[in-house]
Amino acid sequence: MPDAYSISELTTFIREMFEVSEHLQDVWVQGEVSNMKRASSGHWYFTLKDSGAQLKSVMWRSSADKQTFKPDDGDAIIAHGYIGVYDSQGVYQLYADTVRPAGTGDLYAQFELLKAKLEAEGLFDPARKRPIPPFPRQIGVVTSPEAAAFQDIQNVLRRRFPLAEVILSPTMVQGNDAPPKIVAAIERLNAHTQVDVIMVCRGGGSIEDLWAFNDERVARAIAASRIPVITGVGHETDFTISDFVSDLRAPTPSAAAELVTPDSAELHASVRDLTDTLNIFMDDKLATFRVNLAAYRRTLGHVSPASSIRNFRQRIDDRSTRLTALQTATIERWRERLTARYAALAAANPRSILKRGYAIVIRSEDGGRVATAKRVKPGTGLTIQLHDGELKARVEDKDTHERYKRTLF
Amino acid sequence: MNAINELSFEAAYAELEAVITKLESGDIPLEESVTLYERGRQLSEHCQGLLDKAELRVNQLTGDGRIEPL
Repeated sequence: MPDAYSISELTTFIREMFEVSEHLQDVWVQGEVSNMKRASSGHWYFTLKDSGAQLKSVMWRSSADKQTFKPDDGDAIIAHGYIGVYDSQGVYQLYADTVRPAGTGDLYAQFELLKAKLEAEGLFDPARKRPIPPFPRQIGVVTSPEAAAFQDIQNVLRRRFPLAEVILSPTMVQGNDAPPKIVAAIERLNAHTQVDVIMVCRGGGSIEDLWAFNDERVARAIAASRIPVITGVGHETDFTISDFVSDLRAPTPSAAAELVTPDSAELHASVRDLTDTLNIFMDDKLATFRVNLAAYRRTLGHVSPASSIRNFRQRIDDRSTRLTALQTATIERWRERLTARYAALAAANPRSILKRGYAIVIRSEDGGRVATAKRVKPGTGLTIQLHDGELKARVEDKDTHERYKRTLF
Repeated sequence: MNAINELSFEAAYAELEAVITKLESGDIPLEESVTLYERGRQLSEHCQGLLDKAELRVNQLTGDGRIEPL
């Protein structure tokens, strides 16, 4: 019995034959669409055919979602992808990643060629993309002054960010002469101005109308620009080579104007927010200081010498009161003593004794005081002093008695 | 510090943000923070004023590199 492959082995062998062919792994094919089925999963299943043959085709959702052109049965298209084998059904088919209308096939081929070339040079590298300044003071605009797109741009800028100054670098934007003019307009802005950003714009049109922006010279001028470039060419679904090279792609000219400017209404609000933050911060800060200050003052009150000074003052007051009282008492005591002495003195005054009926007896001849009967004899002249006058007398007789032994003084 | 009237919106706005960051960063003496606050208020007014008064200027760059009104 001869050696036989299993079906799976043979199919794998066939699949690998397709996979090693560079041609079949990167192929453009042209044909008419039939049996187009767009599955709910998002994948597309269709057949491409011409008068002599047909090719089963599939486009996975990941690619289908990116297609701006959605072919239907009967459409002549060119499709790009690779040829592979669907093992379980034993069929080969096109796994498409791009579809285009067939009429523009040449242009698209050029487009893909240039795109691949510039991409290989690294001109699409995300690392090359420069940020668009958030507050452009001057905005360079490369477009046609007559175009509606330029009016749209001005309208958006006027509404969003009138602080900006627009410097139009006028150019034609379509036709065979357009690419060098666009290049010159970009270069002029780089050479003569200090604009913060350049908008390269054109309104919507047919694919041919927009073709100048797929020109290699334009793409290279954008890549070489010293100033960041934002592109806004055609409609949302139009991608040009210029878009890939620029620092930022906007879907339309108006959108480009939006993307290069902050919204002044938002800025207003933002400045208000900042001001609020400022006020709240300051209020809080002052409030904190006030609270702290009050606390410090209380603390200071506790440790202040003022209260001990008050204490001392009171103690001094006490002492001084006591001192005064003491002094008064002392003086009083002395006064009393003095009064007593006066009284004693007054009592001792001879005159007051005389008033009570006593008399002082003086010997007239020598003025000697007669305090004892022994000092006189009968006949001695005496002067008797009374309280209101004197009497002259003479001793008649004398008689000493024991009871007179005590002297008056 | 520059005279506020001469500042561009961008510069005034950036300084306003810087003032707030500085104030919020903490230990600034009260007197200095009052000065900063005053500056912040003036910057804010300047920004609002610029936005209120602005009118889009549109000029064109001629072939020989001159800028003239469109």
